[in-house]
Amino acid sequence: MGRQRRPGSLEAVPAYLDHAATTPLRPEALDAMVEVLSHGPGNPSGSHAAARQAKRWLEEARDTVADCLGCEPREVVFTGGGTEADNMAVRGAPARRPGAVVCGATEHHAVLRCTEALGGRTIPVDADGLVTPEAVVATLRALRPADVAVVSVMLVNNEVGTIQPLDEVAQAVRSTAPEALVHTDAVQAVPWLDVGERARQADLVSVSAHKFGGPQGVGALVVRGRADVAPLLLGGGQERGHRSGTQNVAGIVGMAAALRRATADRAELVPRLGRLRHRLVDGILASVPQAHETGRRDTKVAGIAHLRFHGIESEELLFLLDEAGVHASAGSSCASGATEASHVLQAMGLAGPQPHGSVRFSLGWTTTDADVDLALAAVTGVVRRLRRAA
Amino acid sequence: MSRVLVAMSGGVDSSVAAALVRDAGHDVVGATMKLWGGDSDSGCCSVSDVEDARRVAQQLGIDHHVFNFTDDFERDVVDPYVDAHARGRTPNPCVECNRHLKFGRFLRRALHLGFDAIATGHYARIEAVPRGWQLRRAVDPEKDQSYVLSMLGQTELARTLLPLGGLTKPEVRARAAALGLRTAAKPDSQDVCFILGTGGGRTTFLGDRIPLTPGRVVTRRGEQVGSVDAIELVTVGQRRGLSAGGGEKRFALDVDVVSGTVVVGPEHDLLVSEVRVTDMTWTQEALSPGTAVEIQCSAHAAPLPATWHPGRAVAADVPLRRVAPGQSVVVYRGDVVAGAGLAI
Repeated sequence: MGRQRRPGSLEAVPAYLDHAATTPLRPEALDAMVEVLSHGPGNPSGSHAAARQAKRWLEEARDTVADCLGCEPREVVFTGGGTEADNMAVRGAPARRPGAVVCGATEHHAVLRCTEALGGRTIPVDADGLVTPEAVVATLRALRPADVAVVSVMLVNNEVGTIQPLDEVAQAVRSTAPEALVHTDAVQAVPWLDVGERARQADLVSVSAHKFGGPQGVGALVVRGRADVAPLLLGGGQERGHRSGTQNVAGIVGMAAALRRATADRAELVPRLGRLRHRLVDGILASVPQAHETGRRDTKVAGIAHLRFHGIESEELLFLLDEAGVHASAGSSCASGATEASHVLQAMGLAGPQPHGSVRFSLGWTTTDADVDLALAAVTGVVRRLRRAA
Repeated sequence: MSRVLVAMSGGVDSSVAAALVRDAGHDVVGATMKLWGGDSDSGCCSVSDVEDARRVAQQLGIDHHVFNFTDDFERDVVDPYVDAHARGRTPNPCVECNRHLKFGRFLRRALHLGFDAIATGHYARIEAVPRGWQLRRAVDPEKDQSYVLSMLGQTELARTLLPLGGLTKPEVRARAAALGLRTAAKPDSQDVCFILGTGGGRTTFLGDRIPLTPGRVVTRRGEQVGSVDAIELVTVGQRRGLSAGGGEKRFALDVDVVSGTVVVGPEHDLLVSEVRVTDMTWTQEALSPGTAVEIQCSAHAAPLPATWHPGRAVAADVPLRRVAPGQSVVVYRGDVVAGAGLAI
């Protein structure tokens, strides 16, 4: 691939396997952003030539994003990232049409915390982490279905990689609570799935640029057809009143360029990284005793591997993997950087009193066979060493 | 050169400790223990303290990690603290935190991760002696923290560096300022960290966790002279809230949560000829009976001369003051910690 390895950059990491946290910027995104930043840009809300150029970049990006996500350009609301898009959906829906908020038990905190703050309900998942249509119906029936404002179920889980059966979930919502909006956090889905197709029944869809090779701090919420959500930010009325504040033109252009490339690469990327993931997981399961893969592999995206190691603490495993040049994560961290007990594993019935060190290896567009080789050797060695020390 | 893991709280002391260990030529990594609290940004080990520690580590050019020990802290420090109060004892959570967390869990993790030693920002000195290591008071008597480290044994002392033991607090702050560390002027931590972070003080903290029961205040002759709202909060030796206005000053001599009584009396009734201790630990070998020692019964009390006998310290020249059950009784020989136990 001929990548340049600079110290301090993600690509300088011997084996960067934390793409679900953030994936390296695509060169197309960088070039597009440099182009925009080196020409101003003007404020797209203005009327002079520089403003018109900025507006043109912005709307070209909107067309691209709409094309890749299978929606109309007017349905794309640019945000300051995935968390903002999730907040706009989950908090904005009941602010427009008062009602209860319901979400899956394994949602990202950006959805879960909003749901908690609004006194909402969670839908339990099964042992594989899947939200079943039956569970959706049961949760809605426990409320007054007519009083439900929004049901939020993620397309791909960020810790384990589980793909939710969104069509079935959406149908269950439609048949039980026809007035409720369906939101999906598709932040982890873009590199792996055709989001336009998979989320076609969702009224609201969140994406985040830095999960697919765009810059951090940019995202979008698709607000489809009949859906209406109240804005979180009031002001100049940008983004058709959905999101006031001057748009991050360069970031949005970078997101569009990355999304176009990620979409074009998907057909090649998914099978290639799927093979690498199989090799990594099967290799670990074969060489490390008492290691377990979380969730059924056929229900997960190609790039995420989640493993649990009996008698090992995540923090110690991750520390030593880091030293060995393998960057992974436990899948859930708090703002301080501490590893936290995972609500996802808890919801799947996998959180016990025994230390069961869990590690998420997430692969991405820069991952190579060499990364997998290094990770395999490091995991085997580190687990053996920690078990000896215990 | 050794590999040293420095416990960095985000305060000025551990910041400078990290700098000194680095300057001594060791291969240093910093780590902050997250011990308490969820997302709230107040009190101990808050996100802003972690950010301060991380920024100091960046400024020093060392790696920094966060260890989540909240479950251990709750089990080994907070729960026993609450339980001790419920039984009318006076626990010392800082001592238990050092015993179970800093020099227990943290040290074990450091060794698991391949470090040779840990370092902390405590003010005390660890020195090599012919048969191992000894723990001495800090050079700065104002800051000396040997009392709260008194539970350390040879295993821990051999694996611990205390780089601040020879410095005064102003010297440490000057050092931090010279290095441009953002923690240089940060105030010292006060009181019990997990209560400070919870808001509402000790009464609220304990009241949320155990029932607080009213108690009778009686004299030694059994005459009731007052009452208290929460007997679980009364400490032996306490004066506040026990004296009727204008009358004789009364001190708590005994607290009995079972019968709900606080026995009070004048200050001289607090004086005793010996202090009995349990759960004794020794930094080196146990002292032989009859050894002349000094004992210190709270973090900032003056040490008093005594004679050591197994399970008790007998006053030498001046009588001792009754020690609240649960408090650490630390046995010194000169400025060297010999051992410590808990008052019965």
